[in-house]
Amino acid sequence: MATPIIRAISLTAFLCAWFLLAAIGNDPTVLPSPAALVQPFWQELMSGELAYHLTMTVARVIAAFSIALAVGIVLGFLMGTRPELDKWLDPWLVVFLNLPALVLIVLCYLWIGLNETAAIAAVALNKIPGVATIIREGARALDRELKSMATVFRVRPVTYLRHFVVPQLAPYIAGASRSGIAVIWKVVLVVEFLGRSNGIGFQIHLYFQLFDVAMVLVYSLSFIALMLTIEWLLLQPVEKRVQAWRQA
Amino acid sequence: MISVDIRTKSFGPTRVLKDVAFELQRGQCLAILGKSGIGKSTLLRLVAGIDPDFEGTVSRPEAMAIVFQEPTLLLWRRAIDNILIIHPRLEETAARDMLAKVGLADKADMYPRQLSLGQQRRLSLARAFAGRPELLILDEPFASLDKATAADMIALTRTLISEVAPATLFVTHEKDEARQLADRTLELAGSPATVVPDCRIMEFEREEAS
Repeated sequence: MATPIIRAISLTAFLCAWFLLAAIGNDPTVLPSPAALVQPFWQELMSGELAYHLTMTVARVIAAFSIALAVGIVLGFLMGTRPELDKWLDPWLVVFLNLPALVLIVLCYLWIGLNETAAIAAVALNKIPGVATIIREGARALDRELKSMATVFRVRPVTYLRHFVVPQLAPYIAGASRSGIAVIWKVVLVVEFLGRSNGIGFQIHLYFQLFDVAMVLVYSLSFIALMLTIEWLLLQPVEKRVQAWRQA
Repeated sequence: MISVDIRTKSFGPTRVLKDVAFELQRGQCLAILGKSGIGKSTLLRLVAGIDPDFEGTVSRPEAMAIVFQEPTLLLWRRAIDNILIIHPRLEETAARDMLAKVGLADKADMYPRQLSLGQQRRLSLARAFAGRPELLILDEPFASLDKATAADMIALTRTLISEVAPATLFVTHEKDEARQLADRTLELAGSPATVVPDCRIMEFEREEAS
């Protein structure tokens, strides 16, 4: 069977199981049936609430993602190409990689304050070590013979970076981006849950306190749908383009 | 114009080269012979400026080119760009002419992976000569090719050398290859490797005056 068909059947089965469980439980305050979500979803959509909170969350995802990627790439590249620096920074990387997201978030809020800077810093700090680790691998794998060739032909540093280094790092950057965005959007929700007054995480917090399962599901599912769309429409095509020469 | 005077080269506590000195003029081709692992490639890397960590002096020109045993191409750039990126001041038509000279006229827009190994090596040769180098370094560029392809490549290299007339440094372990390209040879032996004292200077008549 073709993969898309299997996917469709699998998702339909999931939906059926949900309908079934909701029918058996027969308590919409615990598990509302998917059909019962349509009305609250429509209401949030029409009032503009859903769009507002989605925008806030996506803005935070983009800001934190850009910072984490930029800092992580530079850090990873330097560590991968300078073994001396790597020896000094590697222990830090290990510590940060093993620091629970929650600890960083709480500390950022305590030290920086309950504001946007703290929120975005917390998310970016969570992801920088992961990006740096992946890019470091890429930088270590840079072709030495190509570097020697560039030295002999006196290739300018800018040219070397653009035509030699970036294409070799591209698969690693793409990998770091995809795993990065997956982690970041989850951490952003926690950051909003703990210390922001808007965004999907904040709405989930609000409806959690009201024990409104339907609204929690409406906001979570809308957000998941949006992130998957971004993944399919933006990240995967970019990755394909970057890798085009491999298929040649 | 190219003078090399290497007193010692060590990797950690191991000395690999000792007292290797020679001079080379434009239009001359010097073959460096020796068993594999003796330090020929190390010597090339010192002369080329890839490895600056040694005792001694090397004076080399600005315009240099190298051909490795592997084609060492940018696999993510088209054949023509593999020349233009390395030589940014070169006109595109000149780069295409160069490709034509090595028999790749219709391959300019292909990616290296779409070329055969023989074609990739010829591209690497085109890249080396496109910059009209004053010093050309050949690091076993004909190794692991079948006899016919190697003979073609050697003939092509000879033609290009006679056109551009660089000072050529040619590393090989095939005496036969050395005889076909070089006007003199230098043999490395021993540990640390040094120039074999009874090195015969072989003068060959070259078909075309350099």
